[in-house]
Amino acid sequence: MSVLTGGHSATDLARERKFGPLYSRNAKAVVGRGLMAAKSSTWLVMVSGFFEPVLFLLAMGVGMGSIVGTVQGPGGEDISYAAYIAPALLAVSAMNGAIYDSTWNVFFKMNFAKLYQGMLYTSLGPLDVAIGEIFLALLRGLLYATGFTAVMGVMGLLTSWWAILVIPASVLIAFGFASFGMGITSFMKTFQQMDWINFFLLPMFLFSATFYPLSVYPQVIQWFIQAMPLWHGVELLRQISVGSFSPATAIHVGYYLVMITLGIMLTTGRLRQLFLK
Amino acid sequence: MSVGATSLLRVHNEATRSATPTESSQTSFDMNRPTVISAQNLTKTYGDLTAVDNISFDVPAGESFGLLGPNGAGKSTTMKMIGGVSQRTSGSLAIMGLDPESHGPEVRAHLGVVPQQDNLDEELKVRENLIVYGRYFGLPMSYLKPKADELLEFAQLTDKANSKVDALSGGMKRRLTIARSLINEPRILLLDEPTTGLDPQARHILWDRLFRLKESGVTLILTTHYMDEAEQLCDRLIVVDKGKIMAEGSPATLIREHSSREVLELRFGSERNATIGVELQGIGERLETLPDRVLIYAHDGEAALEQVTARGLRPMTSLVRRSSLEDVFLRLTGRSLVD
Repeated sequence: MSVLTGGHSATDLARERKFGPLYSRNAKAVVGRGLMAAKSSTWLVMVSGFFEPVLFLLAMGVGMGSIVGTVQGPGGEDISYAAYIAPALLAVSAMNGAIYDSTWNVFFKMNFAKLYQGMLYTSLGPLDVAIGEIFLALLRGLLYATGFTAVMGVMGLLTSWWAILVIPASVLIAFGFASFGMGITSFMKTFQQMDWINFFLLPMFLFSATFYPLSVYPQVIQWFIQAMPLWHGVELLRQISVGSFSPATAIHVGYYLVMITLGIMLTTGRLRQLFLK
Repeated sequence: MSVGATSLLRVHNEATRSATPTESSQTSFDMNRPTVISAQNLTKTYGDLTAVDNISFDVPAGESFGLLGPNGAGKSTTMKMIGGVSQRTSGSLAIMGLDPESHGPEVRAHLGVVPQQDNLDEELKVRENLIVYGRYFGLPMSYLKPKADELLEFAQLTDKANSKVDALSGGMKRRLTIARSLINEPRILLLDEPTTGLDPQARHILWDRLFRLKESGVTLILTTHYMDEAEQLCDRLIVVDKGKIMAEGSPATLIREHSSREVLELRFGSERNATIGVELQGIGERLETLPDRVLIYAHDGEAALEQVTARGLRPMTSLVRRSSLEDVFLRLTGRSLVD
């Protein structure tokens, strides 16, 4: 077949040697498969993932916001409570979308549909599969983020043109969770173990400075929350939403870049261990 | 033969003209045919368990080569090593000159794989399964669209093209899996227990399709524990037990070497088989006493039966049959249950 022949540049060839049995530069086939499968899957699941943060925004932001009034934003200025929690909810939505695709969907494909076994008996390598699946999770994250940002705009919660950058930033957050989520899922063997993921996600959602500032906690707990990925996502999007940046912005972005790199290494290593043993 | 199947065979013939299978199954070691699979001292251990124990074999292009053995003999592990999805512990393995461990994607580009359990994509429709699988090999849509239709014809699934996979019967799923494995026009087809769990009709249809592929020059590697299947499809086979090769040869050679021409089966009733076994000593070449019957291996079964009645013994039932691969298999791998 022509997959591995044809004119390659010197760097391509070097890369091919390095990843030889792992990668055949055909992740797009995995993406294509995902899109074709999505055509016939239930759109309801996807739609529910979009509405969840919108409902939270209405109940907490608009409802509770009416008794909270204005709060201090990232730059020190006063903003409405809804505008304060909306970017945080967007970060949560990016996380949930990515986690849903990279954990439950991957868990099913790995253990029940035997999809990856079939893929790895073709020219595809484990890295193709990992990249393809993570890309699909990002696509879903992008759809949710765009929808939610539009809702924020309609509700008048966007005050700066910088806010448009929350969409790519959400994809970055989704990327971090998707690449790690798939690696972690590869260790899971039963549905009970899959519940541990929710056990970890729910408190992270509630306590990562989503609904109130980090300063309410004692110092030790602040440090703990600052080590968690969601807090960095919440802070990053909150800063972008009002166009107020600080050196911490770079740290938040850097946190996700490291998380993405480690996540992909973990996922590829695990796929190799599981299917090419 | 249908139009689709004909053109499929023509494509294969053109691709492997140098490897046209020879007329007789006895002449497997034709020197003109290149070796496509070469395994030397192949070994695979999982912890303390040795799944494959130092086995060596060569398969020339176009041959239909069988791996026979009880459950846990190491057949599937050997297949996985050939596909490069299982790393060998020691020994060497070359698939068309390439090591599947270091050249996995290249080697698999020339392989078709039919795994023991169907792993069709249930989220896709029947035809989509073929197209998407071809995309995994990096094949262009312009090639895949007509190829998919051709393979649906070959697998007799044309009218199911837009059905969901879970609406197919077991036999249809198996045929779709085989059609899928042919999407990249493989030179070697790996079939792991291709007809396990199918009814006789479905098995015969499958055998017919596999035989056509063999005729078109595809090298078939199949594992099975159905002896009739091995006799139907294999030019040559190895009997494996506990990871070791117990015997090697064509079905006819193996029967000649490890069994008699005919077998006489006698039933005297469960209680009496063992005691009567002693009185039957000396008849035929070999005698085997089982709980439910006595087997006499003899060149001439009818003559052996006459000897039995001449000794005044009256079996409840008697049956003379040709010796089969099953007799060889049971002799080599034993009758006790393997778990």
